[in-house]
Amino acid sequence: MPFFEAVRMAFNTLWTQKLKSFFSLIGVLIGVTFLIAVVSIVQGMTVYMEKEFAERLVGLNTFQLRRMSDFNMGNVTDEMWKEWMRRPRINNGDAQFIQTKLGTPALFSRSCDERGLVTVGNRSAKDIQLSVVDAPYFQIKNYAFTSGRPFTPQESRAGAAVAVIGAEVAEKLFPGLDPLGRSATIGTLPYRVIGIIEKQGTLFGMSMDKFILMPYDSPARRQACSLANMDELHVKSPSVDLMTTAVGRTEELMRIRHRLRPNQENNFAIQTAAGALSGWKKISAILFAALPGLVAISLVVGGIVIMNIMLMAVSERTREIGIRKALGAKRRDILAQFIIESATISTVGALFGIGLGIGLAYLVKALTPLPAAVAPWSIGVGVFLGVAVGMIAGVYPASRASRLDPIQALRTE
Amino acid sequence: MSDLVIQIVDLTREYLMGEERVQALKGVSLEIARNEYVAIMGPSGSGKSTMMNMLGCLDTPTSGEYWLNGQEVSRMPDDALARVRNREIGFVFQTFNLLPRASALQNVELPLVYAGVSSRERRDRARGALERVGLGNRMDHKPNELSGGQRQRVAIARALVNEPSILLADEPTGNLDSATSADVMRVFDRLQTQGQTIVVVTHEADIAAHAARVVTLKDGLVASDARQEQVPAA
Repeated sequence: MPFFEAVRMAFNTLWTQKLKSFFSLIGVLIGVTFLIAVVSIVQGMTVYMEKEFAERLVGLNTFQLRRMSDFNMGNVTDEMWKEWMRRPRINNGDAQFIQTKLGTPALFSRSCDERGLVTVGNRSAKDIQLSVVDAPYFQIKNYAFTSGRPFTPQESRAGAAVAVIGAEVAEKLFPGLDPLGRSATIGTLPYRVIGIIEKQGTLFGMSMDKFILMPYDSPARRQACSLANMDELHVKSPSVDLMTTAVGRTEELMRIRHRLRPNQENNFAIQTAAGALSGWKKISAILFAALPGLVAISLVVGGIVIMNIMLMAVSERTREIGIRKALGAKRRDILAQFIIESATISTVGALFGIGLGIGLAYLVKALTPLPAAVAPWSIGVGVFLGVAVGMIAGVYPASRASRLDPIQALRTE
Repeated sequence: MSDLVIQIVDLTREYLMGEERVQALKGVSLEIARNEYVAIMGPSGSGKSTMMNMLGCLDTPTSGEYWLNGQEVSRMPDDALARVRNREIGFVFQTFNLLPRASALQNVELPLVYAGVSSRERRDRARGALERVGLGNRMDHKPNELSGGQRQRVAIARALVNEPSILLADEPTGNLDSATSADVMRVFDRLQTQGQTIVVVTHEADIAAHAARVVTLKDGLVASDARQEQVPAA
């Protein structure tokens, strides 16, 4: 029996019994849909996390020195939390020490953050991120200006009451007006707007444009940080290699500053883009580990359904098998016919599953801030699984068909 | 005639029916020469169906020898028998046994599929066979779009397409009215004049009347084997 003939016959069967075929496909269909959709979303997430999340939040070739990491995916135990709270804060002395001893070219900026209210006349905006930073911060973050300018070194040094605002703050507080040169009240003091930063968009559905930046020594700092302490020190290197060196060097310098003995753990955190991703990597590793199990369950169910459908087909078509045998079909012809038929049904299911999975991935992409990237290898795996499940499920029914006695088979109605 | 197509020597076939051993054939010997037209008759229970299955290589004997076209088929394994059925035997059944979802042409092509003939040659030969039985204009019809007589002619075309040594017909007119029966029998008569060896298993005397030789079975044995004047189809 030529292969093509058997496939054509399988399609005939599928087509003439559409409803039954649909139900026989559904197990494999769900399994493969699931495979494609999950892989697409996880892969998309990974791309997103690498490109958007890590680079925009932490910055390219940038690391932050903090008392404790602020990207914590997974469990933080009470013990860990208590230990973190006992750590010394990063202070101006640390920043000075690193800046002078780092030994590689880098941009530095201290920063302190808080969230608070900003008012302009009778308008106000809540929950704006208020940060005090050093002048190089704009370069570190790679911010582009829609209008205006960053702080001058003089303004920075003097702690002048000037502010650079994010796009959404500008829209909210100065609708229809040019914010440049106007004043906004932050805390109790008026700040003069000197620059507006280009729209940054959203990250996981959260606006990245609700912020105001002020010089590090401006009065706002006193609300955010105490005395000589800071929330974080941003360090940007010109290249990845230099950053790696800088990270290592910073760790050494901080251990010296904190007088840590070799067997003591770091009591500070150095946050890099890769580090920010490690939490996500953990989650995606768990998803990828669980995926084969979940897919396997639906494929096993799908395989059993197909096997039953094929057993039914064999008993319904006993007479046909008898005719074929009388006309010269050998055992292996009948065996091949039913295995190919079973594999075809299952592969069709897998193909629909691939389509549905891709559709689902794009639906998620359209409806949520999660991106989706279809992985070509997952399509290959889907097709392979379709063929394999069908062939395996077809073996038993096909061998039953091939062993039928032609005389008996011809006699059945 | 020395040109034997079928040579059967002391053939027996036993079945186990529960505890009981039933002998359907108790020692049949039979020779059929090329281009003979033989009817095998007998009442039900005479061993007629068993004989038909034996001749058609669908079953193997308990003892005895069956030589078909120079090969001993009585001891062949399943797959070898399938090959013999494919090459040497053209079946025509009472119930036509066409594949319902396949067209006339596809039905006729089927033995060629199992013979490993290429698809183009298959189509050509199947067309030729259908034209021989006068169905050149019905090739794409499904069996349920054809009359009983036409279905049986498709079956005859399918039986002939591999140029078998014998055309083996089992009650070929059992499901047909008398006019269509005559029609089908005319096809058989014509095939015989073209050199085809034909064996018809039947219990109808007027069908057997077409044959040049009538073998009657009774209780698993040959009761009579007589040549007769052929009565051509009206």
